[in-house]
Amino acid sequence: MTFIDYFFLFSGMGLVTYVPRALPLLYLAHKQLPRWLVDWLDLIPVAILSALLAPSLFSDSATRSLQLGKPEFLVAIPTLIFALKTRSLGGTVLIGMLLYWLAGMFI
Amino acid sequence: MRIKEGAAAAWPICLGYFPIGLALGVLAQKAGLPWWAVAMMSTLVFAGSAQFICVAMLVAGAAIPAIILTTFFVNLRHTLMSSALAVYLSGVSRKFLALYSYGITDESFAVNITRFRDGNWDHWRALVVNHLANAVWILATVTGTLVGQFVPQGAFGIDYALTGMFICLLVFQLQGRIYIVTGLLAAAISVAWYQLIPGDSYIVGASMSAATCGYFLKRRQRVRK
Repeated sequence: MTFIDYFFLFSGMGLVTYVPRALPLLYLAHKQLPRWLVDWLDLIPVAILSALLAPSLFSDSATRSLQLGKPEFLVAIPTLIFALKTRSLGGTVLIGMLLYWLAGMFI
Repeated sequence: MRIKEGAAAAWPICLGYFPIGLALGVLAQKAGLPWWAVAMMSTLVFAGSAQFICVAMLVAGAAIPAIILTTFFVNLRHTLMSSALAVYLSGVSRKFLALYSYGITDESFAVNITRFRDGNWDHWRALVVNHLANAVWILATVTGTLVGQFVPQGAFGIDYALTGMFICLLVFQLQGRIYIVTGLLAAAISVAWYQLIPGDSYIVGASMSAATCGYFLKRRQRVRK
């Protein structure tokens, strides 16, 4: 592909990525939001984080089937406990990495 | 001060982006993309999973419109994140928001929404998080095309950095029973959805369903009281 081909492809991808990111913010940030919407949006972060994480912990990514006992999941348990006890983001990231590294060597 | 605090919040993202960016760079280089094309992609698109899919589709010989359409669907989930951020960015100038929107990714959203909720965070610090993450992403993906094949895989468990970050940010969100219930619902629905329906709709589908269930549960409790 030439420079122009790449430019068209990536501009197109960039546009369809940018518009869904920008429109809700540009529209909603200057409006008085109804109470129900604020209450609903308040639950969106926890739901999104959970939906991003859970399939990677409980499913095989190649076959998309249920898989319990993945190292990602086993490591997630002590990592979660560490996060609950310390509430330290940096510490949790490092503990998770360390345990995952060790798990890779022993499992 | 803002830059320092923004950087302190962004470092787990940067750490996590590095191995993923390197991996993307290696794949792109194998697919025949020159380094400058990868730099252009990471600058114009800045969306990890869509970029992986783009490289795979290029290898498979897909047409440009098909790749763009797929990107659109993969990144639709950010509409939801953008809406949730609006609660904390109300009244901020549209010019700022237009710039800020460029950097809304799963990771920057997770970090910034948690900080906003805790208070003590403002839109400038949030913008620093977005752009630091973007700079590292561009650097990592380009580095991947140049020297990626010489970097050992999976060293120091670095592949787990983003998972660890998401686990901790999830914990920060659990500020009451309704959030725990919503989180558990989203986990169950997303796993089932992921297995039954191909594609990436499970993220938006599960989080909207779980938040809706959670909302009605909360409302019923309030009525009873």
